[in-house]
Amino acid sequence: MAIETEVKTLTATETRPLTAKDFKGKVDPDWCPGCGDFGVLSALQQALAELGLQPHQVITISGIGCSSNLPGYIGTYGMHTLHGRALAVATGAALGNHELKIIATGGDGDGYGIGGNHFVHTMRRNVDLTYIVMDNQIYGLTTGQCSPTSAKGMKTKSTPFGSVENPINPIPMAIIGGATYVARGFSGNQKHLVELIKGGIQHKGFALIDVFSPCVTYNKDNTYQWFRPRIKTLEEMKHDPTNLHAAIDKGMLWGDEIPIGLFWKRTDLPSLDQLEPVLTEGGSLAHRPLGIPAETAKSLVAELM
Amino acid sequence: MAKVDFAVGIGGAAGQGIATPGDILALIFARRGLHLNAYNAYQSIIRGGHTFLTIRTSDEPVRSMGDKLDLLIPLNQDTMDRHLNLMRAGSAVLFDGDKIKPGTAAAGVQLGALPIRELMGTSKNPNAANTIALGAALQMLGVDFNTLEDILARQFKKKGDAVIAENVNVARAGYEHAAAHLQPFPFKLPKLDRQLAVLDGNKALAMGGAAAGVKFYCAYPMSPATGVLHWFAGHARQIGAMVRQVEDEIGVINMAIGAAHTGCRAMCATSGGGFALMTEALGAASMMEIPVVCINVQRAGPATGVPTKTEQGDLWQMLGAGQGDYPRLIVAPTSIADCFKTVPELFNLVDKFQCPGIVLSDLLVSEGRASVDPGELDFNVKIDRGETIGLNGDREKKALPLGGYKRYKITDSGISPRALPGTPGLEHVVATDDHMEDGVLISDEFTNPHKRRAMHEKRMRKMDGVLPLIEAPKLSGPASAPVTLVGWGSTAGVIREAVEKLAGEEGVAAGHLQIKWLVPLHADEITRILSASKKVIIVENNYSGQFARYLRGETGFTAHAHIRKYDGEPFMPHHIVDGVKAILAGETNVYVPTHEIMV
Repeated sequence: MAIETEVKTLTATETRPLTAKDFKGKVDPDWCPGCGDFGVLSALQQALAELGLQPHQVITISGIGCSSNLPGYIGTYGMHTLHGRALAVATGAALGNHELKIIATGGDGDGYGIGGNHFVHTMRRNVDLTYIVMDNQIYGLTTGQCSPTSAKGMKTKSTPFGSVENPINPIPMAIIGGATYVARGFSGNQKHLVELIKGGIQHKGFALIDVFSPCVTYNKDNTYQWFRPRIKTLEEMKHDPTNLHAAIDKGMLWGDEIPIGLFWKRTDLPSLDQLEPVLTEGGSLAHRPLGIPAETAKSLVAELM
Repeated sequence: MAKVDFAVGIGGAAGQGIATPGDILALIFARRGLHLNAYNAYQSIIRGGHTFLTIRTSDEPVRSMGDKLDLLIPLNQDTMDRHLNLMRAGSAVLFDGDKIKPGTAAAGVQLGALPIRELMGTSKNPNAANTIALGAALQMLGVDFNTLEDILARQFKKKGDAVIAENVNVARAGYEHAAAHLQPFPFKLPKLDRQLAVLDGNKALAMGGAAAGVKFYCAYPMSPATGVLHWFAGHARQIGAMVRQVEDEIGVINMAIGAAHTGCRAMCATSGGGFALMTEALGAASMMEIPVVCINVQRAGPATGVPTKTEQGDLWQMLGAGQGDYPRLIVAPTSIADCFKTVPELFNLVDKFQCPGIVLSDLLVSEGRASVDPGELDFNVKIDRGETIGLNGDREKKALPLGGYKRYKITDSGISPRALPGTPGLEHVVATDDHMEDGVLISDEFTNPHKRRAMHEKRMRKMDGVLPLIEAPKLSGPASAPVTLVGWGSTAGVIREAVEKLAGEEGVAAGHLQIKWLVPLHADEITRILSASKKVIIVENNYSGQFARYLRGETGFTAHAHIRKYDGEPFMPHHIVDGVKAILAGETNVYVPTHEIMV
């Protein structure tokens, strides 16, 4: 996979090359043994290390849910915000200090359900952040209800006779919605996932990485065993991620063959921070001196007279 | 004693161009050094309805729209029909004599029918009548025509010379018509040796934010708070701030929190409905200990309510916003100038105590306009970021041990030094789940009642430190007065005027206690003052006496009587005077005035 050359200048105090272990959090995950989220966490840690980022340069921002506990398990700055609000908070952080690398993480319920409005608008704004959704097609932390990505007909505690609703397909939705890097990974395919995450972090703009991250406790339908024979990489399929219509077509595939990999990428659109003249010089807003120069103050008052 | 106290009412349908003559009059008054207060009664409609702007001016400070009109400019028949009966001897009415029939006026009211078609000459401007009436009015007030000409040139600058010339011509026609045919007012509008600024409360709040160093402002449009967004959007590049319009108010507050966490001073504004959407996140800001300022410009509720009308009905919403107990500051500015001063003060407090701060404004103060001495708009304010580590890379100066940093360190003050993301070596997680000193959650794998208690007490303890830093309310007038009026927030001006009226016209001495800081509340000082008062009447713009109930809850003090208004319009001084009289006469303990003007 092509890796962009654009990487922000590092201002690290530490020069030793870091490994994934250097991104270990203060505590170990409390996910169920076998949870797909373990694979996502380690892929993210590996990606950060391989990109040569320092822990303090990164902020990992999540909502609420099993997968949203991730910031506690990774040794970067972190925000564990409210259910569904990761992207709104992350947008504020991305604009407040556009020199930070922003990683937003969460689940399908958090991002596509309660946070759906923020998802749509963060994509169209092309905010420079990487959004990793651990998609397990179920609500886990509330003990097994139907989620926005649960398949039609799926029996859960809230749909005991089978869900009658159609699921969201985040891939075509993101492509149409304005995301400029749209990928899907599988927690069971680490190496591939690390590359997708690295590509997303290096991408200047909104990157979505939807990751099949099986819930071994509450989703007995979409298991590792269910995914493995179906999953096929887009690289094997010779997909061209700059082809919009092909990207949407591939995103619509579901059933015996489910593609993972980079569906869509464009680099011709500036990200929100690049469009904002206020950010063109002077560094991050967070660290600029406060106060209004006397001349400006004078003119602001003069407008009122 | 004021030499001049003159009020103009301009009314018509929305879209008839009431704002422009209103703006022009305000500028003329303020440039002559006269004070003014303006209130626009309008509806949630872009074209049609009935809009009525009252502008009152005086050489002395003007604290409310007052009780009377000296000049009425009805731009349509409806306005004439609604307001003529309120005009008294000595007042005048200027109207389009071709289109509007005056009806019967009280004795001594000058009915100035303007022959608009004739005075328009070749002008095709549909709103020419407004400018003609303005010209006539200024002639009757003894203002030089040059003054109006200058202001028209400024007002229509963007529209080009032809538009300026056309407006000047019709204004002159009105001016000359008045000189020839109308009786002038018995005084000339004074010109003092000063100039005042004119602004509304929303601008004052926004400018206060700019002075405080707001670098991130975001909002979802909602009346009557949208003016704050408009000011920030228009000045973002000039003041170097990021301004965003967001998809909804949940997004607004969360975005502000994200920016605030990185170290920006972040602010947002909304009205009660939008605030309702923000409440969970305000609790989150408090739990994560992130300073953020949110303005609620109250309008008449519940639900969509009356979007363009004022009320003080959201106090309990603010007090109870969000689940659980959490530290928050709530302040209700008492005037437009106070809006400007309050925001920087609040930012210093929220930075120090790392919690959300709420400014409780309302339509009256936010959309009302007033003159302010430009000296009061001093941008050179004190800025105190509290215990913040990592601003401008100042990590080294603090010499904190690497690896040993505890974001939520338990301290006597409850304040824990806050490291900004990007600071090397102090990585941590802020969480909306309750957590230990190092930020690790206590809610998932195991819970720990002792740690939960300690952390909850640490957070809440911060409030103890706030009270000594905020100004206690002061009683104005004698403690021995037969009546003490208590108000909060925006009603300061009208209550003060009512007190003056009570003394001057009714011979009733009254004390006045206005509450600005609602949380924390100077409960002891308020109790001390009110316990020594003979009869305490609480004046507030809501149905249930929200402040009275809050005061009773916090102090055990029960007011003797109440004056309440919840019809959407603000108090006029005589409403309060009448209420005090009725209460003193023993007629009622809860007086609800009737708003006589149908707007």
